[in-house]
Amino acid sequence: MNTETVKTKQQTTKTTIRISGSEAVVKCLIAEGVDVLYGYPGGAIMPVYDKLYVYQDKIHHVLTRHEQGAVHAAQGYARISGRVGVAMATSGPGATNLITGIADAQIDSTPLVCITGQVASHLLGSDAFQETDIIGISTPVTKWNHQITKASEIPEIMAKAFYIAKSGRPGPVLIDITKDAQFEEFDFQYKKCTGVRSYIPIPKTDGATVVEAAKLINAAKKPMIVWGQGIILSEAEDQLKAVIEKAGIPSTWTILGASAIPTSHPLNMGMVGMHGNYAPNKLTNECDVLIAIGMRFDDRVTGDLNKYAKQAKIIHFEIDPAEIDKNVKTDVAVLGDAKASLTQLLPLLEENSHKEWLQKFKDLYAIEFKKVIENDLYPTKERLTMGEVINEINNQSKGEAAIVSDVGQHQMVACRYAKFNQTKSNITSGGLGTMGFALPAAIGAKMAAPERDVVAIIGDGGYQMNIQELGTIFQTKVPVKIVVLNNEFLGMVRQWQQLFFDKRYASTEMVNPNFVAIAEGYYIEAKRVTKREELSGAIKEMMACKDAYFLEVCVEKEGNVFPMIPSGSSVSDVRLS
Amino acid sequence: MENNKKTYTISVYTENNIGLLNRISAIFQRRHINIESLSISVSEIEGVSRFTIVVDITEIQVKKLIGQIDKQVEVIKAYYHTDEETIYQQLCLFKIKSNLLFEERQIQNIIKENNAIIVTVNKDFFVIEKSGRASEVDQLYRELIPFGIMQFVRSGRIAVTKDEMKITQMLAAFNNL
Repeated sequence: MNTETVKTKQQTTKTTIRISGSEAVVKCLIAEGVDVLYGYPGGAIMPVYDKLYVYQDKIHHVLTRHEQGAVHAAQGYARISGRVGVAMATSGPGATNLITGIADAQIDSTPLVCITGQVASHLLGSDAFQETDIIGISTPVTKWNHQITKASEIPEIMAKAFYIAKSGRPGPVLIDITKDAQFEEFDFQYKKCTGVRSYIPIPKTDGATVVEAAKLINAAKKPMIVWGQGIILSEAEDQLKAVIEKAGIPSTWTILGASAIPTSHPLNMGMVGMHGNYAPNKLTNECDVLIAIGMRFDDRVTGDLNKYAKQAKIIHFEIDPAEIDKNVKTDVAVLGDAKASLTQLLPLLEENSHKEWLQKFKDLYAIEFKKVIENDLYPTKERLTMGEVINEINNQSKGEAAIVSDVGQHQMVACRYAKFNQTKSNITSGGLGTMGFALPAAIGAKMAAPERDVVAIIGDGGYQMNIQELGTIFQTKVPVKIVVLNNEFLGMVRQWQQLFFDKRYASTEMVNPNFVAIAEGYYIEAKRVTKREELSGAIKEMMACKDAYFLEVCVEKEGNVFPMIPSGSSVSDVRLS
Repeated sequence: MENNKKTYTISVYTENNIGLLNRISAIFQRRHINIESLSISVSEIEGVSRFTIVVDITEIQVKKLIGQIDKQVEVIKAYYHTDEETIYQQLCLFKIKSNLLFEERQIQNIIKENNAIIVTVNKDFFVIEKSGRASEVDQLYRELIPFGIMQFVRSGRIAVTKDEMKITQMLAAFNNL
């Protein structure tokens, strides 16, 4: 079994030990610095779980209540820490249950390594019990995947998996290991991967393109920056800040770029996109140079491409060459890592302040404040609004909390109004829009950053998509704060039905259970708030609680999120009501 | 850039790994692009496979496809070329009843005129092989069809490019890192 016979290979000092494939998997994880992984055992992965039991003092496995919970938890872990998240599942349904999270990680560039068990290699293709072609299924939604049928492949493939997941534009990797490979013994030796010959993680930056970009920026009268998650992934927050401040450029962000620069920064002009701020959307079609950094011109950002920043020169700083000209034609493309490119750009920039141009953003903000923000954050109507809940969390966390949001109205409200002082504080499913993301992602986020307050903001719909993870919270005692904004509707779909389907509320009204009782069933402290005067005290109690806490806030049933760019419209047709 | 559809030959140099065909074909499927022909073989470099994929799409589309193919971890490099930039051929085989070879003298002339060759003859059937452009293969097909074809098969296009693709240098550069 665990006979650690140390052998010395000829001509080398490297030592190998004879162990099983399953033990090798665990040793690889430990060698990659994995301290926590999330998963769910089952037949085809049992040998690995057996070794996780042996090594439990070195690596902590968290048993979620569903494999989807495991993969989202790994995503939350990765997003708040910048490290590779690890999820594990058995073959067949265990593996397929990971797929939504893998697709989410793929579109949101989250580094994950997912390990699935597979039936023994002699059974492959025989329709064996719990056999599924997970390599085939996961191919379109992974950065890389591989099936291991021999134990001897494990070290090299595992090393490659971590390298590929984390390097360049990050993404999910799936490794499928047959059960016989897990049992098989071999001479183990681990070496980290430092390169793959067919893969260039970071394209070379052409200095001439940086010079060209600087020229355009220096000559610009009305420049505007749109940064995305690329800033956070490359840890280029300081470089971005320096660029923004030196050139005095009003700067805006995509949903996944949120928190890279503090909300309070005087040049932070808010979010672009469908429910972004009024000024950045309007002025996208007025700026003369649009500087996109680490973002991919998603349709939720651009609206109608034929009416998107047509008047502007477009500069695109991007690590993934496939993103250049994919949606928006660029004038200058600067390939490479954002941190390195911005470092090169900074000395070439002239100091500027663009006061008049900046004033335009402020003027439009004033309009948005009067027509939308004021009513959201300081409402006079009877029912609570989502915005005032976020505002109260801001007040009490002083902008230090990490906000994990689900998908829908509450997500847009959270991203619009959350105050962020630190980077990597906004964890949400941006690209795939996966309802059910937030509760498990908050578990992973809190475990990766135990020193931080992690507040999950979830709608009553999404909450019930992975509500079983309350069990994980209860068992692991992870002190996450859960806020459910309950409007008894699938609010975003209802909003669209109201605006575009003549208020035919098809299957969007929800008859909800007693959420407080459910939380209490898991022995989680819980409270329901329905009145404005209770809100501040409840949030105070939640933030002060040392353990997990569940807070249900009953908000107005038919509140709408504005501003809004109707689907297919131009960014400058953004509506305030 | 042209918005007109055109025939492009995509050449992809890759590692020789299981599942890569699936990964590459999924890129076309996801974009609802039909593959006109596909051929995978070894290349001039040991251990490196070469995909030759023919598509009828716009240049904008083919550029985006190349970007998506190129970023796959096990793809070394992808290129696209127009027909004018490549030398390309297809291979086809016709299986025909042997008695026709003697009863229909015309068949021998057709084979000669089309620069086709007879691969094998036995008492039941003979096999004609023809390589060339799709149009040449079609021509031979049209001429043989009146006599009755037992089986017909045509390979995907294979193509070499007039320009260099510098894969060896690329791999050498990696090894020297």
